[in-house]
Amino acid sequence: MNKQLMYGTHAIGEAAIQAGCTCYFGYPITPQNELPEYMSRRLTEVPGGVFIQAESELASINMVLGASVAGARAMTSSSSPGISLKQEGISFLAGMELPAVIVNIVRGGPGLGNIAPAQSDYFQATRGGGHGDYRIVVLAPASVQELADMTFAAFDLADEYRVPVMVMGDGMLGQLMEPVVMPVRKKKKLPEKDYILTGAKRRPARLVKSLILDTKAMEDHNWKLMRKYRRIEQNETRWESFLLDDAEMVVIAYGTAARIARGAINRLRREDESIRVGLIRPITLWPFPTDVLKKASQKIKDFFVFEMSAGQMVEDVRLALDGSGTIHFYGRPGGVVPTPAELARSIARHYYQSQRKQKK
Amino acid sequence: MKKVFSRPKSLRKVSMHYCPGCGHSIIHRLIAELLDELKLRDKTICVPPAGCAVLAYYYLDIDMVEAPHGRATAVATGIKRVHPKNLVFSYQGDGDLAAIGTSEALHAANRGEQITVIFVNNAVYGMTGGQMAPTTLAGQKTTTSPFGRDPKIEGPPIRVCELLATLHNTSYLERVAVNSPAHIKKTKNALRKAFEHQKKNTGFSLVEILSPCPTNWRMDPLQSCKWIDEVMVKEFPLGVLKEVKC
Ligand code: SF4
Repeated sequence: MNKQLMYGTHAIGEAAIQAGCTCYFGYPITPQNELPEYMSRRLTEVPGGVFIQAESELASINMVLGASVAGARAMTSSSSPGISLKQEGISFLAGMELPAVIVNIVRGGPGLGNIAPAQSDYFQATRGGGHGDYRIVVLAPASVQELADMTFAAFDLADEYRVPVMVMGDGMLGQLMEPVVMPVRKKKKLPEKDYILTGAKRRPARLVKSLILDTKAMEDHNWKLMRKYRRIEQNETRWESFLLDDAEMVVIAYGTAARIARGAINRLRREDESIRVGLIRPITLWPFPTDVLKKASQKIKDFFVFEMSAGQMVEDVRLALDGSGTIHFYGRPGGVVPTPAELARSIARHYYQSQRKQKK
Repeated sequence: MKKVFSRPKSLRKVSMHYCPGCGHSIIHRLIAELLDELKLRDKTICVPPAGCAVLAYYYLDIDMVEAPHGRATAVATGIKRVHPKNLVFSYQGDGDLAAIGTSEALHAANRGEQITVIFVNNAVYGMTGGQMAPTTLAGQKTTTSPFGRDPKIEGPPIRVCELLATLHNTSYLERVAVNSPAHIKKTKNALRKAFEHQKKNTGFSLVEILSPCPTNWRMDPLQSCKWIDEVMVKEFPLGVLKEVKC
């Protein structure tokens, strides 16, 4: 397909359609309304396309549940407060092992917060979000092209493992206009959907549920889910690194923050050739690239975590490093998007301090 | 000898867990009989509730998916939009439909989703131990209205059929009861009609069934049946509340 200039939210929508998504259910909330608006038009052109502006977030995620158990590729999208409301349904989807794609265009919080770009839903997303022992796959794009690619990939991941998959961006990515090449669906071998409900014709009746009253059976189900999550950790962990070879300090940032971090690192290296800073950018927030950090810590001792939150991913970094290396942190919560120059100043300060300490 | 009575095919050969005198087992049987008679078993998808009837999926031999408490109509909406030719119905209690799931039910009805809701009204939360429900009668004692429901403080019981009758896209609304053979017959007819309406895509259909819950009413089964006739129907009059041309 040709390169086209697209808004982030529209790229998500189009990529979903290209991935075979036929059902969208959602409830308006800023800053992601352009996505349901796009889908409301676009799905009329898709055979079997269903668009419902639901009465609530609760209803939309449960419509996704219904469409998913009926065998369709279904999605919903929202922003932070709305995602909180969807957690009940996400927990059910996880327990019932149903695929679904959920887009969260994160805004500042807690509460109503504001509509500015933020990364303060990291805990909620990477710990499952709702009640019970479960995880969901969380993808963190950093460009419009990646919004498209990851939304597209999310549907395959969801079907492959029968899990909800979240694409987590923010209002800046959503509003950005960048050139995109739309991914094209190829034949991919995915597990047969032998659980879907179509009416029990020439087969025994099927039952999809999350209620397991017997504690032993519930425990078995939990361990089964955990085994699946281990498989996802092994196969699907994604990250990217930048200027890591000679780095003495590595910045860890994802999504929009990773873009800013790249800018800051380029700037620092340009201004002072002796500065050796690189970047590790988690692309999947869950599964988190723990092993990559562990490996990096054999050589590098300084880790600089930058998040547009008061510090959430930094806890995963701490867990991954397990005491090896020093963790520095720069956080901007509340919807503040620092400039690369601001970030560069903070990185430089920590970098020089650390170098001085090492010399002593 | 001619066989005149047997277990419907759509009903599994297991004994039910419901209390003696409970209405759920009767309603399950009626559904199973109808699915057999209308030859719809292999086209049906049911969304059972959270509550006593959650285990309906062990009794009805049809495709089933559980919904979070109150969300059955939203789940059913998703299913029906993907499979418009299937018979899709939810089975919900009064707490499920008229309290936690009011919004989902009301809006599914307003959109005119081509689904059927089987709404079992027994005026209490059964499974959780007999707490006050949105349909608990004025003065009725429950575990959370120990002095009787006070409509001034707790509001009067909600009449779901009447409420939904004001919505343009509802097609068939009837209130029935399962406390006597005659009423059970009417219930079966009402369910048949609702399914027929769904088949013809006339809009949203709902059958409200007044159903005894002897355990939480602290009555024996016979008293419970009598109580429906003598008390409950005064608040919840039986009959067709709305029927569009089919
Ligand atoms: S508690 Fe009430 S509704 Fe539940 S099974 Fe017993 S009688 Fe039926």
